[in-house]
Formats: sequence, structure tokens, C-alpha cells
Amino acid sequence: MEAKKTLNLTLKVWRQKNAQTEGAFETYEAKDVSPDASFLEMLDSVNEILIKKGELPIVFDHDCREGICGSCGFMINGNAHGPQKSTTVCQLHMRQFEDGQELVLEPWRASAFPVIKDLMCDRSAFDRIIKAGGYISVNTGGARDANSIPISKVNADEAFLSATCIACGACVASCKNASAALFTGAKISHLALLPQGQVEKDERALNMVSQMDAEGFGACTTTGACSAACPKEISLTNIAKMNREYLRASFAQKEEVAGGDLA
Amino acid sequence: MSIILDSKVPNGPVETKWQNQKFNMKLVSPANKRKHTVIVVGTGLAGASAAATMGELGYKVKAFCVHESPRRAHSVAAQGGINAAKNYQNDGDSIYRLFYDTVKGGDFRAREANVYRLAEASVNIIDQAVAQGVPLAREYGGLLSNRSFGGAQVSRTFYARGQTGQQLLLGAYSAMMRQVDLGTVELHARREMLDLVVVDGKARGIVVRNLKTGELESHEADVVVVASGGYSNVFYLSTNAMACAVTATWKAHKRGSYFANPCYTQIHPTCIPVHGENQSKLTLMSESLRNDGRVWVSAKKDDLRAPQDIPENERDYYLERVYPSFGNLAPRDIASRQAKYRIDEGFGAQGEKAVYLDFKDSIARMGEAKISERYGNLFQMYDKITGENPYKMPMRIYPAPHYTMGGLWVDYNLMSTIPGLFVAGEANFSDHGANRLGASALMQGLADGYFVLPYTVGDYIANTKLGAVKTTDDAFKNSENEVNKEVQKMMTIKGSRTVDSLHKELGHIMWENCGMSRSKQGLTESIDKIKKLRETFWNDVRVPGEAKDVNPELEKAGRVADFIELGELMCRDALTREESCGGHYREEHQIDGEAKRDDENFAHVAAWEWSGSADKAQTRHKEELKFDNVKLATRSYK
Repeated sequence: MEAKKTLNLTLKVWRQKNAQTEGAFETYEAKDVSPDASFLEMLDSVNEILIKKGELPIVFDHDCREGICGSCGFMINGNAHGPQKSTTVCQLHMRQFEDGQELVLEPWRASAFPVIKDLMCDRSAFDRIIKAGGYISVNTGGARDANSIPISKVNADEAFLSATCIACGACVASCKNASAALFTGAKISHLALLPQGQVEKDERALNMVSQMDAEGFGACTTTGACSAACPKEISLTNIAKMNREYLRASFAQKEEVAGGDLA
Repeated sequence: MSIILDSKVPNGPVETKWQNQKFNMKLVSPANKRKHTVIVVGTGLAGASAAATMGELGYKVKAFCVHESPRRAHSVAAQGGINAAKNYQNDGDSIYRLFYDTVKGGDFRAREANVYRLAEASVNIIDQAVAQGVPLAREYGGLLSNRSFGGAQVSRTFYARGQTGQQLLLGAYSAMMRQVDLGTVELHARREMLDLVVVDGKARGIVVRNLKTGELESHEADVVVVASGGYSNVFYLSTNAMACAVTATWKAHKRGSYFANPCYTQIHPTCIPVHGENQSKLTLMSESLRNDGRVWVSAKKDDLRAPQDIPENERDYYLERVYPSFGNLAPRDIASRQAKYRIDEGFGAQGEKAVYLDFKDSIARMGEAKISERYGNLFQMYDKITGENPYKMPMRIYPAPHYTMGGLWVDYNLMSTIPGLFVAGEANFSDHGANRLGASALMQGLADGYFVLPYTVGDYIANTKLGAVKTTDDAFKNSENEVNKEVQKMMTIKGSRTVDSLHKELGHIMWENCGMSRSKQGLTESIDKIKKLRETFWNDVRVPGEAKDVNPELEKAGRVADFIELGELMCRDALTREESCGGHYREEHQIDGEAKRDDENFAHVAAWEWSGSADKAQTRHKEELKFDNVKLATRSYK
């Protein structure tokens, strides 16, 4: 097969030593990039050259490079994970770009995601939201036979679609308010759609939403930017479901208190 | 001197061994459990499930992962499914059949008792996952759906589209996060284990590097569980994630934990082929695709025609031809080897290192919608990576390193040769023999973590006198000093070779000589080459930046240094094992291209003991394997 035409690109990359120091853009050239290379492989090549020149390589989070671990992610020309729809930056390939293009790379910008270094930021706030209630309280052992809980295929499929969130943070980075509503809503919806999740659904919604607010994420104004940027195409209806769950739980909680008073 | 290892397999028929063992184990009272600390290294399926379950039981658990979040462990990438002997399909499955298939699939090099226990636990895993809210695939009636996988003639694989690993891991992760919320599990993310601390012959703690600050930290415990995954990245290009490493297990090995069967590696037959020199990793296309895809090459040598121009009668569906009873569902080692033969003989797709995986017939039979429902996300991923649409064109695939059956030697209780060090999941060697069947890795990780370790760790604690240790003790300080010395050494070399370039060189040696096909000559030469590479590394590596900072190059350098030492041991192990079995294929031992085992001389586990220095050869010990239930036979899928 004939060799494919390679690309030359100009990269403007956000470099920042740590959360305490200010960052700035630096310009690098990426030369002879294969269109079959992934975006991160292109950055690997730039880093190899930087290391050989005695400079510090660009730091970015990444791991599986299959679009499933959720480690990678930064802005490319203002788009979370770059221009291709439903694609993480590790699965973005250079054939999506034109020769001579200039690309601006920035980390996720959100006060709840402080920058650690360069394009790497701290998304542990997501773990704390899950910790607040993103689970079903069931200990190991003693679970009943799996087929004794029939679940309609429609609900199971919908729960699966919510559960495919990889916690990459593109939703937060794309939102003008840096809201984590799509992330939180996806987990609340996933568990609320299943019979196993019913028992704790009220506390779950209340606790997760309250943790989300405590982490400093902004409010949701339903612009849909999150869902448009989501590499797993998590639908906006997850936020609607979260709001419904939260509202219902708020009333339910009041009734419970009232009931307690009567007793 | 070589010794015979005691696997501590309990007496009695295989069906009751685990039941009896559980009853005979000593228990730790609930009031005492909270006085004992258990360290768990790794938060994949094995680690997260172990941490969650031991937290629930009341132990003080400290969980460590190199990732930013425990949910990012590489178990997340498993696509196809998880086996369980539920027999929901009424197609003749049973615990015994899953046991039998797994022992045979491992080419009779696994320990029977462990495999039986694995098959028993498989049914509980599915129940547990569903109780946690894991959204496994369902039929319209609301019941769970199954598919078939390689090496089996029943449908026992449960799945969540092409994201089974992700969904099961999120189940285990959420169970663990619940324990973090309850205060029984303490989470330490972005930490890499760089040493095991052994006090009075027992594992009592670890030294980790904080990957955010570069500081070294010591943690003490009564028990250390290592669940840090496999070592396929020794080949540089593999389907493993970039951070997958042998480092945690290798450090334990250097402290006295024997390393078993390092040469047993799995080369997965269906991966996207290599595109160029700068490629950083390979991507798997799930084995489940072989349920509906047919593997073929042109029947003509050096055929450069595009696949659509090759008429049906000029195609060689070689798996169906050679293995009529299993066809495209032949096990992984066999399917990979057959692909290699076709390509070596000059039948590769348009002259390239690839064969075709074709869905044309399935699409004609069931329609595009049905295929999309089953494999949509995989097709989409293939399209993204290659720029080709697999609904219209057959996929091009090639084998790639995917899983390692070898690992730290453990007894029936999953305890290593260091008392108090337990090893779970891919990090141990125990259940898959010389070849792992598809959909068995998730099963093993979760069986170890949910259903085995919580019992055996308790038994160890109840039976062992554990004095108090502190991280200010000499043993911890010595370990910290040694780790620090190694880190400083790597930082100060400031040579001319980047870490990646050294890793690629190692990967090339390993893939060519210790990959799908191995020979005495190739292995002998490789050992010399790897020794030279080790010298180059320690004289000429360049690690930029500072040690006390976020420094991914330093992290990689440490991992590559360990891979180099492991690579040499893998070649030695492969050289000593003068037979072919499963994924270990020695050119000198074959019958018509099929693996030729030597049960008389090699029906044993080889477990290597560190000699104290990388320059000194390690000692090979044995554990004899007995097959009381599954009769030793030539493994045939024809």
C-alpha cells in the first residue's frame, strides 16, 4: 500500500508546574505525524523530542488508550476531547486533522478539578460523589439467585446506558458553570432504574447531590453542552431523572420527619 | 537447591475440598477484626472486591492504586464477558463442566482444586454482581442473557455489551466506596508500590511512591494482598493499559515470593494490527466477535487483491477447516498460532500481517441491526482506530499479547511463599494453567476477591502470632532507603536513551523470541541481548525532571527496569520448559503444528526463587500437578 501523507501541526500547550504556580501556553511543532496515529501517540512523539532536547515532557493523564478508563481528557481548540463526536482523546486519530493546523491544548477548567501539572488535573471529587451514595448497600455473600430479579429489557438497557459513564470529566469541562449534573445524574439514574436500587433511592439522591454541591461544582442550566461533549453519549434525560429523584426525595424526607413527630 | 512446593490442597474429593477447608479454617471474632490491618495493592476486580469484602467483615483495609481513581484499573477494559456455570440456558452446563473445560483449556497445567473452586464460585459472582446493580444483558422476559465464548460448547458467558469489565469493576468499586464511606477502607490513590516490607519472615507492609508529590511513604499491616494485574507490557505493545506493570509483584519476588510459570503468556488472536513505529498500544477486538464473525485468508499465496475482490471459493476459512467441531470458537492460543502460520506462509491480508474477521454472512442472516445490537460499540471502536467500516469491509486482525497466566506462586489459600503476602487475580499464577479461556479472567479476579481471600486471610490472622510493627522500624527505613537509592540512581544517569526507546527494544526481543513461537536458539540469544539491554538501561537511560514531583518518565523507568529483569526470567523459564503447552509453544516440540506436551517430565509448576542479584541465575523449584479428576489427554478441538 502507498504511504499515507503525514501532517505537520503547531501545538499551543498549557504548561503549569503545579496548582500553586501560574501556567502559560508554550508552542511546539509536531512534525511528520502519521494520520493513523492517535492523538496521544502524537503527543508521545513530541515528548520524545522534548526529552532528547533536555526539556520537560508534557504531562497528561492517560492509561487504557481504548476510551474506557476515563483517565485521559483535555481541551483541543475549546472542545473537550477534541472535534470528533463520542470519542475520548486517546481514541481520536490524527486523520481528523488537516496539515498545518494549529491546536490549542488546555486542561479541564473547573475549580472542583484543580490542575496537578500541565494537562493533568485532580478529579477525585467524582470519587467523593460516588462515596456519598453511588452504590447499593449489599454485602458480599447471601445474594439471591440472579434470575430471581427479572428486570425488563428496556429498563436494563437504559440503566446500562447510564452506567457507561467513564468519569472523564468532559461534561464538567464543557459546562459554562462547571456543573457535574450529568455525571451525578447518570449514577442516580442507573441505580434508580433497577429494582435493586429502590430501597435507598431517596437518601442516594439527596446525599449525592449534596456532595456534588459541596465539591464546588456549579449549577445546571440545561444547556446540554455536557451531553454533546460526552464520549459515552450520556443523555440529558439523566439530569432530568436526577432532578425528579431529588425533588421526590426532598418531599419524602419531610414526610418522614413529620411521621416521626406524630409518633 | 531445588525444593518441592506444598500447595496445601486439602484432602477429599474435589467437590468438597473448599467446603471442608472453609469449615476447618479458624475464624477471627468481629471484635478482633478491627484490630487487624490489611493492605490491598491494586483496585481492579480482584483488589476492589477483596478490599470491599474485607472492609465489610470489619478489617481495617488500606487500598492502594496507581490511578487517579480506583475505578480506572485495567479490568475496566475487559470487553467480552464473564463465565458462570448457571446453566440458565439448559444446554448441559454444570460446575463440573466449567471445571473440566478450564483444566483442559489450560492444557493440563493448572491446579485442579483451585479450578474447581473457581467454577463453584462463578455462580455466586453473578448473583453478587446483579445484587449490586450491575446491568448485565437481559432477554425480553427480563432474565439474564448468555453468549458462547472460545473453548466451550455451551453458552455460559454473561455480559454487558462490550463493556463487561467496566460494569463489573464499577460494581466492585462502588462496594468499596461504600466501605470508604463507612470508614473501614482507607483509599490511597496515585500511589505505586515500590517495595514489600518483610519483618521476621512475614509480609508486614509496603513502601509506596506518592505519584503526586514524589515522596516515599511507608504503611504497616498484618497482611498484604497484591492484586496488581499482569505483565503483558513486557512486550511493549500489548492490549494492556500503559500503566500495567510487573513492578509490585516483582518487588515482592525480590523479597522472597517465588514467581511461577513466567513464560505462560496469552497472545489474543483478535486485535487490531500494528500501524507503525510510533504505536503505543494494541487494541483488542473481543473474542465474542468470533461467535458471528468468520476468520479467513485468501487461499492464494501473496494475494494482493482487496478482500471484496476475492470470491468465496478462493477463501480459506482455516479455523473451520482445521477445527471442524469448534471452528471459529477454537481457544485463543490455537487461533493465534493458526493466524501466525497463515501469515508466515504468505497468506496475510494483502501481503500484510493480518487476517480477516468477516461479518458478511451474519449480517446477511440476521441483519445489520442485530449485529449492531451485539457488537455496536466494538464496530465503532474499530472504525475510529482504522478508519474502515466493518459493516462493509471485513475487519483486519492480528494476535497481540493480552494476558499473563504466570505470576507469583500461591498455595490453595492464595498465600505466596512469604507468609502474610497474598496474591489475587492476574497477579497470581493459579487457575489458568498454560492458556486462559475467554471470559475467565473476570471470573477469577472476582472469585479471589469476593469469595476466597476473605476466608483465607482470616485463617492466617487467626493462626499467626503478629507482633506490633511501626513504620519507624528499621525494616521500613531500610526499604525506604533502598527504594530511594534506586530512584536517585535512575535520576542521575542522565544518559542518551529515552525510557520508551529501551522499552521498545525489550518488547521487540520478547515478541520475536518469547512470543507466539519459541526456540532454544532464539531464547538463548535473547537472554544475552536482555542482559546487554539491562546494562544499557543502567548506564544510559535519561529520566528528565525531578524525583520529588509528578514525573511519568520516572514511573515508566522503574517499570521498564523491572520488565527487563522479568524478560530474562521469562526466556529462562521458556528455555527450561522443554515441551509445548497452551500459549507456550516450543518449535522443537510439536506434532503437525499442534503443541506437544511432555507430561512425564513437565506436569509441574515451575516457581523461580530470586537469587539476591539480577546477575545471578534464579533457582527453579517445582510443584507437581496431579490430575485425579480430569484425565490427562491430548487437547483436541478438531
